[in-house]
Amino acid sequence: MNETERADAFYAHVGSGGKVEADDWMPDDYRAAVLKFVEMHANSELMGVLPEREWILRAPTLRRKLALTSKVQDEVGHAQLLYRVAEDLGKPREQMLADLMAGRTKFHNVFHYPTESWADVGIIAWLVDAAAIVSQQALRDSSYAPYARTMKKICWEESVHIMHGRDVVLTMMNGTQRQRALVQDALDRWWGPLMQMHGPPTDPAKDKDLHWRIKAKGNEQLRQEFLSIYVPRIRELGLRIPDPQLRYDDAAGRWRYSEPDWDELRSVVTGHGPKSQERLEFRRVNHAQTQWVRDALLGPAAAAA
Amino acid sequence: MSEDRLAGDEGTDPTERADPAERGDLVWEVFRQESDGDPMIHGGSVRAPDEDLALHYAREFYGRRQESRRLWVVAREAITELDDPDLLQPPFDRSFKKPGGYIIKHKLEAAKARAGEPT
Repeated sequence: MNETERADAFYAHVGSGGKVEADDWMPDDYRAAVLKFVEMHANSELMGVLPEREWILRAPTLRRKLALTSKVQDEVGHAQLLYRVAEDLGKPREQMLADLMAGRTKFHNVFHYPTESWADVGIIAWLVDAAAIVSQQALRDSSYAPYARTMKKICWEESVHIMHGRDVVLTMMNGTQRQRALVQDALDRWWGPLMQMHGPPTDPAKDKDLHWRIKAKGNEQLRQEFLSIYVPRIRELGLRIPDPQLRYDDAAGRWRYSEPDWDELRSVVTGHGPKSQERLEFRRVNHAQTQWVRDALLGPAAAAA
Repeated sequence: MSEDRLAGDEGTDPTERADPAERGDLVWEVFRQESDGDPMIHGGSVRAPDEDLALHYAREFYGRRQESRRLWVVAREAITELDDPDLLQPPFDRSFKKPGGYIIKHKLEAAKARAGEPT
């Protein structure tokens, strides 16, 4: 069997629901595509804690502080698990962190924005994590088995975050007029990034991540699932979704909405978001400040790397 | 941590530094037991320079929510794998090795009917 025939057999295998393990033979294109996907996911988990950590010291009660600290710990743990999956595909962790800090690789759009109030903590944990879990649940069927297994564990933990976020939002909605206004304000600011989060609709025929079953569902399908579950849950609280065109089209069997700002998405994920550079700088400073830990644990050879 | 690892080797070839094993940083496979009496099931892997830290990471990643009764860490290099389908999934009929390979319904009915007949 030559290289092309071997690759064809491989793609037939994954195309029909077959699984791939880390030490199985795989075409370079597939390896690169999985690596890029998992690395971006790991980066997002690592950078995603920065908006939330800003609120640990300002959490309103001890229990909220513990829950938020625990969520931040979970997300950093997810980053570690995912970098581990990515490392086995051939790219060293140090290189992935260096690329992230230098702005050469991306992280999710929603983590490039500021947090303005405690209500943002609720909206992020409830709706950003919900939008994420919709896609992460689909990733449990990924053809790359080490990633799929990791996603099962991550989804289990993310479901706690969603409950935590929903609890924060519900508490505020049952509070004062001012608290309700803060939640509405947070929703108004986060709705745009949330609608962009799954990315523009792609042509299934050309989306190789879909074709190779690295991911199991397309961008638009994920957004539709998110809307179907969460629009009713948002509205039942008396919150207003800031999109006058949002409605369910019974005839078409799908949600209609104002076109998300794809230019904003492209600009934000390439490092031009309102907080992109500040958060990357935080990561760089933090990395430098914790260098002594890596030196102490790994010895001088690692320090030089 | 051993003295020689702390001492290190300042003259290491930079091309070797990317290899975790060269720096004494290994991959450890983690196995966990969910409840007493359950089998140890593979959970994932961690990277650490020694067993103590590997267990510490395993505890943080696989025991944070009291979801594990017991954890094992095993150096990945200590695992020997067999995944040859010619040996594990041979294309021969192996039904005689499984309970489902024996379909007795009609034979049992026939035998019972015969046993009920006057001899």
